[in-house]
Amino acid sequence: MGKTLFDKLWDLHTVADLGDGEALLYIDRIFLHERTGSIALQSITGKNRHIRMPSHVFVTMDHIVDTFPGRGDDTLMPSGREFIETTRAEAKAAGIQLFDIGDKRQGIVHVISPELGIALPGLTLVCPDSHTCSLGGLGALAWGIGSTDAEHALTTGILRIRKPRNMRVTFTSELKPGVTAKDMILHLIGRFTAAGGNGHAVEFAGPAIDSLSVEARLTLCNMAVEFSAFTGLVAPDEKTIEFTRGRTYAPRGAAWKNAAAHWQSLISDADAHFDAELMIDCAEIKPSVTWGTSPQHTVSIDGCVPEPDEERDPVRRRAMIRALDYMGLKPGEPMKNIPVDAAFIGSCTNARLSDLRPAAEYLRGRHVAEAVRAVVVPGSTTVKAAAEAEGLDRIFTEAGFEWRESGCSMCFYAGGETFGLGKRVISTTNRNFEGRQGPGTRTHLASPLTVAASACTGKITEAGDVELAESTRPQGSAA
Amino acid sequence: MRKFTTHAGVAAPLVRNNIDTDAIIPSVEMKRVSRHGLSDGMFAAWRYLDRENRVPNPDFVLNRERYQGASILLSGINFGCGSSREHAVWALAEYGIRVIIAVSFGVIFRSNCLANGILPISLPSELIEQILCYIDEDPQKHKLHIDLAKRTITATDDFIVHFDIGDSDADMLLNGLDPVDLTLRQDDQIRAFQQKDRLNRPWVYL
Ligand code: SF4
Repeated sequence: MGKTLFDKLWDLHTVADLGDGEALLYIDRIFLHERTGSIALQSITGKNRHIRMPSHVFVTMDHIVDTFPGRGDDTLMPSGREFIETTRAEAKAAGIQLFDIGDKRQGIVHVISPELGIALPGLTLVCPDSHTCSLGGLGALAWGIGSTDAEHALTTGILRIRKPRNMRVTFTSELKPGVTAKDMILHLIGRFTAAGGNGHAVEFAGPAIDSLSVEARLTLCNMAVEFSAFTGLVAPDEKTIEFTRGRTYAPRGAAWKNAAAHWQSLISDADAHFDAELMIDCAEIKPSVTWGTSPQHTVSIDGCVPEPDEERDPVRRRAMIRALDYMGLKPGEPMKNIPVDAAFIGSCTNARLSDLRPAAEYLRGRHVAEAVRAVVVPGSTTVKAAAEAEGLDRIFTEAGFEWRESGCSMCFYAGGETFGLGKRVISTTNRNFEGRQGPGTRTHLASPLTVAASACTGKITEAGDVELAESTRPQGSAA
Repeated sequence: MRKFTTHAGVAAPLVRNNIDTDAIIPSVEMKRVSRHGLSDGMFAAWRYLDRENRVPNPDFVLNRERYQGASILLSGINFGCGSSREHAVWALAEYGIRVIIAVSFGVIFRSNCLANGILPISLPSELIEQILCYIDEDPQKHKLHIDLAKRTITATDDFIVHFDIGDSDADMLLNGLDPVDLTLRQDDQIRAFQQKDRLNRPWVYL
């Protein structure tokens, strides 16, 4: 019987089969950030242990650093400086590459690891951060771990893992205009729940996946953890190989050719067995948006806030009632009626150049609604520079968005910046948990296009609706 | 590494699905580069009416008289999903939680539990419901007894629930093994793998 892509990656990295479904897996790359990496590094030093392969370990400053222009080591988060300074000192002592504040390569860990060619197809990569699964979009086997496992991987170069099962999610037919990878993954989680992928490595396949850009595949795999999957994967193809070419840490010359040839073999065999298979017809996917406090609380943007009474499972019903209360919403309310106080474009989900471009394109000649606070935070300093070279920063600022330095920023609340208590945010991030963006802050997850459109009208808005309305308006009438 | 062999304690129900690590330990409570001093911030958003001044919310299950001293949590589907922060487990351990019984767990969270001497037990929701009924009468008297080697949760002589856990996970907990030392015993194998791998995939090595 054939092997799945995941089986192949697993076998390639198996140092020892421990039986009972467990193996010691070889880890090719480890990425750390100042929030959780600092603690792992400190603990290794404290135990007088050493990093096995320092040249394969990288660390960035993204979680705690401020994103205001002119930032330094001081942060709005009260003890932020301690994290930053510890990380810097530990990275130096350990001899590992740090992408520090002010470095042109700095950015959100999962954005810079493909950008710099640190994540490559076929590699195993771990990071003490749950969205490490993003890199499955390149065909890398990448997953998030805790600090103890990070210490383990750093000191031994190995992790002890129980093999998850194989799942394939096939997206058939074509995406409708205005529907993005973000909508695909929200739709999947909405339909099959936030625990739908539990215990599985999930391969995304089908014609709609083939036609996605590599960056869109990163967005898709980013939220595999929100589906409770061990990780997400997309088989590398010509696009992936082109994407990798010439990246700072990618192989060159003859090594690149050999690597590329190897990457082409990383596909699921035609007769491979999947323990679970899901199918989604892309024709059914509309721009999607969340109404509640779990990514599974997703509806199509032209839908309504659901009715808890229609949910038969009592635990889920209670969760829905609680979520409605937290979100300050009533069942039956059309999503498109919901007013927003803020709009946020950023995070490892949706802050790459291909996310900023359509949002900027939409915002050209438009303006953010008066009461809305709008912020855009590029995923990396490289993305920021590239966007500025294209003039996107001007479009954003002229439309009324704040244009920031790169970092995680208001994707999560570390004690620093927030939109505030009870404020409603339409956000390109990946988590709408209670308090995720600050105490009492209400988050609606959506694509960059939906966020841009909603920022302009001050309520949840489908970009396509506005464009349609405008194109039917007589020429020369005021916008 | 902290061992886990047997444990008897008060069980408290937090029966919701998808309790995420942000809820277990909100980001803002992770104030220092440290594994310690986290239990005070555990479930902070639910546990306190006024978080700044730590005014307890009398309705939160762990604040209720009947669940005082709880060391076992009962929950629903996908407990510990979300962020990989091990701080969630450190906070629970520091608070005194030794066992979490849930329908399923977030993968990273589960492995963090094993690394910190907390026993994660997966059970079907019907069994969890039965345990809930049993403790409900008087949680302080109706303690649960967990025996890892036997894989049992004992309520009364005629109410014993069996659970499954992989042998190697159980071994780690029973013997309090340090996973790093355990792996380093295989150092020869790691070296041999690396030597061969360098020839097969030279581009991987920087
Ligand atoms: S952008 Fe958000 S989700 Fe991504 S790594 Fe940063 S905090 Fe985590």
